[in-house]
Amino acid sequence: MRVLRFLAGLLFVAAAAGLAFAVSDYRLFQLTTVAVYAVAILGLALVTGFNGQISLGHGAFYAVGAYVTAILMAHYGVPYWATLPASAAICAALGFLIGLPALRLGGLYLALTTFALAVATPQLLKYHAFEGWTGGVQGLVLDKPDPPPGLPLPLNADQWLYLCTLGVSAVLFLLAANLVRGRIGLAMRAVRDHPLAAEATGIDVALLKTRTFAVSAMVTGVAGSMGAVAVGFVAPDSFTVMLSITLFVGLVVGGVASVAGPVFGGAFIAFLPNIAEDISKAAPGAVYGVVLIAFMFLLPSGVAGGLGRLLRRAARRPA
Amino acid sequence: MPPYAAHPDAAKPLLQVSGVSVRFGGIVALGGVSFEVGRRQICGLIGPNGSGKTTLFNCISGIYRPGAGEVRLEERSLRSVSRHRIVDLGIGRTFQNVALFRSMSVRENMLAGAHHLGRTGFIANALLLPPVWREAAAARRGLDRLLDLLRLREVADAPVGSLPFGTQKRVELARALIGRPKLLLLDEPAGGLNHSEVDELAELMRRIRAEFDLSILLVEHHMNLVMRVSDKVVALELGLKIADGTPVEVQNDPGVIRAYLGEPAAPAPAHA
Repeated sequence: MRVLRFLAGLLFVAAAAGLAFAVSDYRLFQLTTVAVYAVAILGLALVTGFNGQISLGHGAFYAVGAYVTAILMAHYGVPYWATLPASAAICAALGFLIGLPALRLGGLYLALTTFALAVATPQLLKYHAFEGWTGGVQGLVLDKPDPPPGLPLPLNADQWLYLCTLGVSAVLFLLAANLVRGRIGLAMRAVRDHPLAAEATGIDVALLKTRTFAVSAMVTGVAGSMGAVAVGFVAPDSFTVMLSITLFVGLVVGGVASVAGPVFGGAFIAFLPNIAEDISKAAPGAVYGVVLIAFMFLLPSGVAGGLGRLLRRAARRPA
Repeated sequence: MPPYAAHPDAAKPLLQVSGVSVRFGGIVALGGVSFEVGRRQICGLIGPNGSGKTTLFNCISGIYRPGAGEVRLEERSLRSVSRHRIVDLGIGRTFQNVALFRSMSVRENMLAGAHHLGRTGFIANALLLPPVWREAAAARRGLDRLLDLLRLREVADAPVGSLPFGTQKRVELARALIGRPKLLLLDEPAGGLNHSEVDELAELMRRIRAEFDLSILLVEHHMNLVMRVSDKVVALELGLKIADGTPVEVQNDPGVIRAYLGEPAAPAPAHA
């Protein structure tokens, strides 16, 4: 089962990599965005889907990741790849510190606390004391990293960036899949299902929740870094509370407690606004809403949940 | 303990409850209860509703801290042990109304029960480092044995929420046993079971004791089951211990009879 899943993932990534040579640069940019959102939602899935802690503020970690990469690249000339570990470390530390008090609140209070974080983020980014670093309201402009010389295939900057993003995303998904299937993943889900019983099996619930929150913030933060470079620009108003809500929508649409779900969720939130605008220029928001409601009716456990049910049914049917 | 007690293990009790008192506001839930459970002993804890059985159970499983008195497992006080460390000391438990991890399969529930036997963290698990493989292999061995003993192999991959109540209770027992407890706390294991399932449970408890070399503390309303399987029985009433002895002794104890059946009706005009 595990091997099959791994092969399916590998096949998917190979096919996605093949697209780099088949579609236009604009489409590649969109696909890069899908990968970025998928990773951001993966982070949210770890904490909300697998650990049961509702976060409405993951856009804040996405923003921090984006700004860490932007500041390091714009002010210090650090190469793109080297900013990712820094962004991961900073977001993990931040997630741990925020998780420490916030997770003790639990449930709806945690949702509100993280929501408050998301509301405050753009204002903090505009704060004039940090302006030297953050660029204030203007934000920071980033250069697309050039493909390294001497590659076997000639790649343009968009292809290179897409493949890098895809590679980093694939690794993060693999690590997350390992994590949730193992001892820690079982503990995360046990805490979500029944905290008291989880404690009786020896799980330090508070510590596990805080660490999960940190890992989740880290993953979403790395997505922010990749997103900043993909867009080539960061500014406070890209990281409003809508971003957090959008990530949450992607999580629910994809399927909350699933590793594959965030891929569908990422595609959904990347493409639906454009599709909605194609359908109705006047009221894309209404179209978006209708599609969202339709999804919830047709696939209450998300795309991944619906697919999983189909696969199980197919497997049960006698050959 | 006298200092000359040379052989630490065999003769000493596994669990010592001494003078445990718990108050909730002005209500005395437990007023200084003491008893012991020996190694490989099955001890029944009985009493009418409100007698303090559940409170005592919660003190031993670390959910409450007694206001006074001490609970010791192998001489070690539980007073300063945090809840998630109780299982490390060797106390496993089941819950009155089945507290399973509902979205998970039988197998996953059981593996979660082995959590405290593992040491690997986030990084080792994400990278699938060798210790993760070793731990998983060890957990699978424990799992295999219990799947057979508790007749769960057929349903190993079923989500626990879809199983009948009696099966869920066996899953919970398996989850507690995979953690290799020295003392197993069972909170009303017969509740909701039918006649033949209760018979099976009695047999199972004896087998578990023999195969896992553990002691069982059984909180139970089902008097027939308690009297059948227990080596000793402790009876509580209104937060006090009223009897402590073999099943036969406790069954014939006038205090216990009074607690369960009330005062004899005939000569009672004195305190009207």
